[in-house]
Amino acid sequence: MTDFDSQDTNGEKTGDDGTKLHILGLFVGFVTGLPQLIFPIFAAFFGTRGSDNPLISIVAVSAVLLFSLFFRWLSWMRFQYHIGEYDIRIESGIVSRKARSIPFERIQDVSIEQKPLARLFALGEVKFETGGGDGDDAKLSFVSIEEANRLRELVKAHKSGRARVSHSGPLVPDADPAPIFAMDEKRVFVFGLYSFSLVIFAVLGGLAQQFDFLLPFEIWDFRHWIGAAEERGVTVDNLNGIGWAAQIFLALVALGGLVFIGFATGIIRTVLREHGFRLERTAKGFRRRRGLLTLTDAVMPAHRVQAAVIQTGPIRKRRGWHGLKFVSLAQDSKDETNFVAAPFATLSEIWPIVHAAMIDAPDAQTRFQRGAINYWTIQIWLVVPVLLGAMVALMIWADATVLRAMSLLLILAVFMPYLWIDWRTYSYALDGNQIYVKRGWWNEKLSIASQIKVQTVEIYQGPITRRQGLASVNFGISGGTLELIAIPLETAQTICERVMDQVAAVDYARVTASGSRSL
Amino acid sequence: MNHDSPPELTALNPAYVITTRIASALGYLPFLIGAGALEVAQLLPPGSFFVPVFLLYLFMAFVVPKRKYGHWGYDMGSDRLRIVHGYMFYHDTVVPFGRIQHIDVEQGPIDRRYDLATLTVHTAGNHNSTVALPGLLHADALAMREAIRAAIRADTI
Repeated sequence: MTDFDSQDTNGEKTGDDGTKLHILGLFVGFVTGLPQLIFPIFAAFFGTRGSDNPLISIVAVSAVLLFSLFFRWLSWMRFQYHIGEYDIRIESGIVSRKARSIPFERIQDVSIEQKPLARLFALGEVKFETGGGDGDDAKLSFVSIEEANRLRELVKAHKSGRARVSHSGPLVPDADPAPIFAMDEKRVFVFGLYSFSLVIFAVLGGLAQQFDFLLPFEIWDFRHWIGAAEERGVTVDNLNGIGWAAQIFLALVALGGLVFIGFATGIIRTVLREHGFRLERTAKGFRRRRGLLTLTDAVMPAHRVQAAVIQTGPIRKRRGWHGLKFVSLAQDSKDETNFVAAPFATLSEIWPIVHAAMIDAPDAQTRFQRGAINYWTIQIWLVVPVLLGAMVALMIWADATVLRAMSLLLILAVFMPYLWIDWRTYSYALDGNQIYVKRGWWNEKLSIASQIKVQTVEIYQGPITRRQGLASVNFGISGGTLELIAIPLETAQTICERVMDQVAAVDYARVTASGSRSL
Repeated sequence: MNHDSPPELTALNPAYVITTRIASALGYLPFLIGAGALEVAQLLPPGSFFVPVFLLYLFMAFVVPKRKYGHWGYDMGSDRLRIVHGYMFYHDTVVPFGRIQHIDVEQGPIDRRYDLATLTVHTAGNHNSTVALPGLLHADALAMREAIRAAIRADTI
């Protein structure tokens, strides 16, 4: 049926046939792809509804399903991958064929994802991340989970120079080392409590707005709701008549319900994502597994960690809870650009992990410095004329009394403490190897980056900071930025020179290759 | 001519003033045409809109390029490239050769007439992942590219 071997890309015979994906994956893909078919199915259904025979509708809908299944089968038939000596080859395409070669050296990460349905069939989706920025990574969806692990071990073996692995014999995965960080049920639950979220209402509201034509009643029509209540013997007068104590009670119950839903959402979302969280330090890097229904298994090579970010919230800080992320070029998933190494941990748990990524914690010698205060005070002087102008405008055109117009000054009463807190919570430090930046008063954030991983340095002055003799220093690092603000220009220049002397001495290829800063 | 940028920096090729003048004269032309159309339509008192727009056009197209040119400067070190530009929004960027992933030399149609080119270096950083240096003689840009490439190779070997 197929003649792939004759059309090999490099002109050399691959020797054996490529491997096909797992056949069961066809059905998993089909079922998970059903939402995409919803419009064709609707079209088939409504298009044939007018006919007398209801069978025609059923035939039309199943024809759509079969058509989709047939094409999935066709592309499954025409898809195969082959593990070569130097690369992984993937051939795909029904009519136009695509042959992709991924050299082992270019593979940065191999991640395995198991969605609920795939887990049921012991299948996994294998993704080869090559670090190309366009997100067009090679994917094998789906293979059996043993095959997925075998592929991962194979890539690992090839990369670490232990090439010449027999392709047929199953590779024994490394025995699981003891995790350097793990979260038990209780920890995940507590984390869920701190993840209070009312996002569910936004989602429901959005859905209701999108699909209100499907509902048998007008959801936004209050008279309808009042009518529905009256049918059950409750009238507005009733509610008004029950006395204010009862009204307050009802309001409290409603508020309690809201709070309960908020906590419940937080806990459910957190448990779904973080269940069984386990971070290991393997020979090549960090391996993280988590998830209740969708299991994810991601590996981040330690030398690709560009910076560490330790974050905390206003309430969890009081109990000493922090989160740790690693910044790298590899993207964890679509919505998380960084590698979450420990989402909810104490600082004494976090520093060893940070250290395992070859980043040091700030010690007693690290001298944090504040920004120049005039960077913040000038902002008040910029706001005051605007406020005064607005007050005059209100008095002239809106006939507001002086007292009313003065109420605009309340903005200053909020703005000035904000500036003061912002100034107090920002600080930075540089030592021999690293850059530290603390920022944020609601979500406190400490970023640590090693200087040799800096890509570019830029000194920036806007029209105002220029007059003040201040500047900001922007460090470009892979996967993120680091900005020092409100620094006197001379200091900025010395910082820039110091860091650049460190950086220019070492080639980036060497930084990533050996991954140690003791170069 | 190069009075504002620090003395140790190399200025761009003077032809850069001409190319940016041409580019901005063409780029802002639609605004001038729009103002002209309004003038012809006689909705406003004669000249009340067209004259200010025309003056602004002359300023943007002829005065600004010259000023911008005065604030550009670069320094090609042995292991790093420094690019300075802007007065109101001053940027002083340093890119070490060891961090450069690839290098482009670009030439637009206007550039080609004056034998100019833009040198663009790409790094793996998120901020400033591409840093461009316009207004170089094409031959100079090529020579800089070769120098950077040689430096990278010497570094990695």
